[in-house]
Amino acid sequence: MALKRPSGRKADELRQMTAKVGVIPNADGSAIFAFGNTVAIAAVYGPRQLHPQHMQDPSSGILRCNYDLLSFSVNERKKPGPSRRSQEISKVTEWALLPVLNLEEFPNTVIDVQIYIIQADAGTRTAGINAASLALAHAGIPMKNLICSVAVGKQNKDIIVDLDKEEEDFEEGEGATDFPIAKIANTNQFTLLQLDGKIPPERVKEALEFANKACEEIYQVQKKALKEVIEK
Amino acid sequence: MVKNTINKAHEAKEDYLEDSSKKRKIVIPGEIIVSGEDYLPGDGARREGENVLANHYGLAEELGRVIKVIPITGAFIPRRNNVVIGRVTNITFNGWLIDIDSASSGFLPIEESPRFINKSEMNQFLAIGEVIAAKIWSINTRGIDLTLKGKGLGKLEGGFIFRVSPNRVPRIIGREGSMINLIKENTSCNITVGQNGWVWIKGESIESEIKARKAIEFVTEKVYINGLTEKMEEWLREN
Repeated sequence: MALKRPSGRKADELRQMTAKVGVIPNADGSAIFAFGNTVAIAAVYGPRQLHPQHMQDPSSGILRCNYDLLSFSVNERKKPGPSRRSQEISKVTEWALLPVLNLEEFPNTVIDVQIYIIQADAGTRTAGINAASLALAHAGIPMKNLICSVAVGKQNKDIIVDLDKEEEDFEEGEGATDFPIAKIANTNQFTLLQLDGKIPPERVKEALEFANKACEEIYQVQKKALKEVIEK
Repeated sequence: MVKNTINKAHEAKEDYLEDSSKKRKIVIPGEIIVSGEDYLPGDGARREGENVLANHYGLAEELGRVIKVIPITGAFIPRRNNVVIGRVTNITFNGWLIDIDSASSGFLPIEESPRFINKSEMNQFLAIGEVIAAKIWSINTRGIDLTLKGKGLGKLEGGFIFRVSPNRVPRIIGREGSMINLIKENTSCNITVGQNGWVWIKGESIESEIKARKAIEFVTEKVYINGLTEKMEEWLREN
């Protein structure tokens, strides 16, 4: 049976991506990244002095991420302010980004990353990570490489990539699985693996291959965004 | 071999450069700049096996065998001997704390002021909120030490201050100060540019000060164009 996605996309087809850096003039680095209707804005401030002082690390700078789903980004108004969900996503975003950063050059300092989702249509954490990675690069922070992130998933028994909200709410058969992934560009090192739903262990490899292919496309979009900033 | 590494789109513009041995292209973190054992990684670059990779986002430059990446965005990273403009935030028993718009604040010890100052009269020499041009004397784990001993350093009185991106400062100053001197001559203003991106302007009239500010903002917008000094001369004639 041929796969039929509600959006009419192919199994390995991503939504239309847009990326741009330098969108926030007062930030040290900033970026906007969109997967179709999911739009994330990231701003980077720092390295700057860290307060409270007891959090300072004399051996290395620290990274502090804040993810927020804005109240108008979803159909039903979300109560503004931090929640259990946003705190968790902030933390996993931090862990996803940290392996590529070299913060030893900035002891006792903090790099603040603010991620705001201004429009949500599933895959917000992955869009947020992509935007944050671009913003960090744009802020001139020493990095080993960029981070690319995408959600793969399963709709009934078919592996699909970059789920939107309608696909995430798919309920027939085995239902939908959401499998967000982040990896270091051009390598096989993953920095984020989460799983919401069910996937047989033998199919994880298949899912990762989908992610690899998608991340390659995302990397090209990110690269283009950083390269075209010059000359206005 | 060397030719292949040049970004073709930038080749035409490079002809303007007097120093044609410099080749520049925009690189992103982790991108391979050149490959081969002949090259040495400089500032902002690293070696990984065969290749020389960029460590941060910026313009890659080839200086002989050395590859370095010049940052084009981001916050000010203090270096020794930088002249910075800062504001006094606190007075301690043996010096002044100066906000220099970087991750750690600067400290100006009383011994580093140009003349002897009695410890009881420190706020008469520099009060909280006053602005100085100082040089970074040393950077250590405790913070940044500043000095006022040197040409052009000291308290800045009158005029006004505005901020530009710290990465644009070398362009504002120009080769051996060519750009900044051009602006100074044409507007007859006193201008001090701190490496932290703070610019202080004081002129005879508000109009000349505004003209100087606009001229500097013109330079910061046109950072990637070569032959900028000639364009600046043209701009100053028109305005």
